[in-house]
Amino acid sequence: MPFAHVDYIDFDSLLTDDEKLVRRTARQFVEAEVIPIIEKHNREGSFPRHLVPKLAELGFFGASLKGYGCAGMSNVEYGLVMQELERGDSGLRSFVSVQSALVMYPIYAYGNDAQKDQWLPKLQKGEAIGCFGLTEPQFGSNPGGMLTRATRKGDRYILNGEKMWITSGSIADVAVIWAKTEDGVIRGFLVEKGTPGFKAWDVHGKWSLRASVTSGLAMTDCEIPAANLLPGVEGLKGPLGCLTQARYGIGWGATGAAMACYDAALQYAKQRKQFAGKPIASHQLVQEKLAWMITEISKAQLLAWQVGRLKDAGKADFSKVSMLKMNNVWMALECARKSRDILGANGIVDDYCVMRHMMNLESVYTYEGTHDIHKLIIGDKITGIPAYA
Amino acid sequence: MNIVVCVKQVPAKDAPLAIPEGAAWIRETDIGFELNEPDGYALEEALRLKEKHGGEVVAVSMGPERSKQAIKEALAKGAERGVHISDDKFYELDPLGSARCLAAAIKREKFDLVLTGLQSDDHGFGQTGVLLAELLGLPHATIIMQIDAADGRLKLKRELEAGWFQWVELPLPAVLSIQSGINKPRYATLKGIMAAKKKEIATLTRAELGVTVSPTQRIERIYVPKKTKKTEILTGTAKEAAAKLVEKLKHEARVL
Ligand SMILES: Cc1cc2nc3c(=O)[nH]c(=O)nc-3n(C[C@H](O)[C@H](O)[C@H](O)COP(=O)(O)OP(=O)(O)OC[C@H]3O[C@@H](n4cnc5c(N)ncnc54)[C@H](O)[C@@H]3O)c2cc1C
Ligand SMILES: Cc1cc2nc3c(=O)[nH]c(=O)nc-3n(C[C@H](O)[C@H](O)[C@H](O)COP(=O)(O)OP(=O)(O)OC[C@H]3O[C@@H](n4cnc5c(N)ncnc54)[C@H](O)[C@@H]3O)c2cc1C
Repeated sequence: MPFAHVDYIDFDSLLTDDEKLVRRTARQFVEAEVIPIIEKHNREGSFPRHLVPKLAELGFFGASLKGYGCAGMSNVEYGLVMQELERGDSGLRSFVSVQSALVMYPIYAYGNDAQKDQWLPKLQKGEAIGCFGLTEPQFGSNPGGMLTRATRKGDRYILNGEKMWITSGSIADVAVIWAKTEDGVIRGFLVEKGTPGFKAWDVHGKWSLRASVTSGLAMTDCEIPAANLLPGVEGLKGPLGCLTQARYGIGWGATGAAMACYDAALQYAKQRKQFAGKPIASHQLVQEKLAWMITEISKAQLLAWQVGRLKDAGKADFSKVSMLKMNNVWMALECARKSRDILGANGIVDDYCVMRHMMNLESVYTYEGTHDIHKLIIGDKITGIPAYA
Repeated sequence: MNIVVCVKQVPAKDAPLAIPEGAAWIRETDIGFELNEPDGYALEEALRLKEKHGGEVVAVSMGPERSKQAIKEALAKGAERGVHISDDKFYELDPLGSARCLAAAIKREKFDLVLTGLQSDDHGFGQTGVLLAELLGLPHATIIMQIDAADGRLKLKRELEAGWFQWVELPLPAVLSIQSGINKPRYATLKGIMAAKKKEIATLTRAELGVTVSPTQRIERIYVPKKTKKTEILTGTAKEAAAKLVEKLKHEARVL
């Protein structure tokens, strides 16, 4: 049975006609182009690259940016696209998040005109793919400790270091690399594919985000023009500013994955009969799980919507986005686990979407700031006492 | 070629439908609505004809305020303008009443062609297009699979039963009901949705159109068909029973 719209609290009455239309486009696309092929890609561990031009044509890359061929969507509209994409697959949504929020956004926000003109139209059209290199083998939650260095030599920078867990790394035409200059300040650099000294390889053996490319990057005396430095930002606030954009999208995206799992579990529970020929949906313990899910999904929608409206008004600082990312990904993972339970043995096979979402969400729980790091961000905000170290 | 395309908003396919006891219509609160799927094919055909021959596409929809959403979808996909016949009681109209309202609104337009979907996914009358043509006094053809337009005439491929097709020719202006599946409707792109914000939707009421209608037919009651189970033992030799079974699978169950 096809996915049925999930809306318990008449959430739709909070949306404008245009917002609903944007969601409809994304949902139709996912239903027609993603659902039929995603289990195969997940099984093979391959990225559905043929979807890139279609995603571009629909305007999904850099959807909330203005100019350069971008659609100029509101934050709620952008969020609804993320929700629908992740209803399909977290890996696909990750690709769009990285392209939009982690590559196009920093070029848009911190780049000069030459950099914007060179990259944004191509990235918007999907003619170029980007990746974002912040995490290193030794520095994940604490990126400020990064070891990657950029040394100035005349009109060039020389990059040395290693990045790890980089989404789209080996397929990217341009990498936004965060590195420390000689004065110890974090700066962003654009590194083009094929630059001598720049190498990318893929992480294999993943049980999560299998339909997304995850790579390691190595830079060994990798020389780039000094003009590839993003001039507009210095320090950790550069990459963190990008992460705030991406985490916002994840908050919506996770809601989509939760909806997919809930819908699968609800349909299954109404059909599947155990004990006295009664559907398992008639048992209190099963209803408890379904009721928990729809309640959490409804709360998550409201949180996402409110942060989106705040963001449109320029009032959503990173700490609010942290709450959105933390709560919604956690609830989605719980929904996936409960749905898996309700599907019994069928829950472990890829005839159903649930186990795939569950495994994907384990990554989403960790990347872009782990669940606990977001707790610390909120804790810092409300107590004024940073507790990271 | 100026084309008017009639688009209707209907309950979303995945909406949970509730029918109050003895009611003549579903409960409309708490459900989502969407563009009638067959109308999506008519819209796509209109857009393709416009892209080939020039002109404009005007999307016309009748219904309550919410049905503007169907027009906005058409505008986002590339229609130039919208006309909304604002009517909170449109579900009381029978197909003749609907066609009268639509005809009155369409007569105000300068058009070469009117396209409708095959039927609506809610009432499924399948008559509105035909009645509309009669009221406009124009030639009409249904179940259109292909449109070739040249020199003010249309060459049309119609789908008949059992895999048969028919080619007919009509002069313009004309009214056509488009077969579902004739094309692959485009998506409303995000840029299209942004561009549609600036496009015009004119609003007309039944009173402004000067249409009064008294229903010629009425829905008594709607209900979900009751599931019934019937067991039949096929008698005769194995060969005879197998032949009977094949007949039944072919003509009753229609699975062969
Ligand atoms: C599929 C995938 C794709 C990714 N894509 C990208 C990408 O495109 N670009 C990129 O730069 N990175 C990417 N990442 C990396 C991701 O951002 C990091 O994995 C994440 O930041 C966590 O870092 P870590 O894995 O080193 O875990 P660690 O930082 O080692 O954390 C491990 C555990 O320790 C906890 N912990 C750490 N510090 C504290 C503390 N102070 N207090 C309490 N608990 C703490 C964490 O919460 C976690 O539970 C990706 C990761 C995955 C899995
Ligand atoms: C990897 C694997 C290997 C297996 N190997 C074997 C094997 O070797 N031999 C074998 O015989 N079986 C085997 N099984 C099957 C296993 O025992 C069943 O999956 C298990 O008993 C659950 O049954 P089910 O999958 O049909 O789920 P269901 O019984 O349909 O249950 C699905 C959900 O409904 C709930 N539920 C059902 N009834 C009620 C109720 N009355 N009240 C409240 N909640 C209810 C359950 O808790 C669960 O959440 C295997 C399963 C797996 C996954």
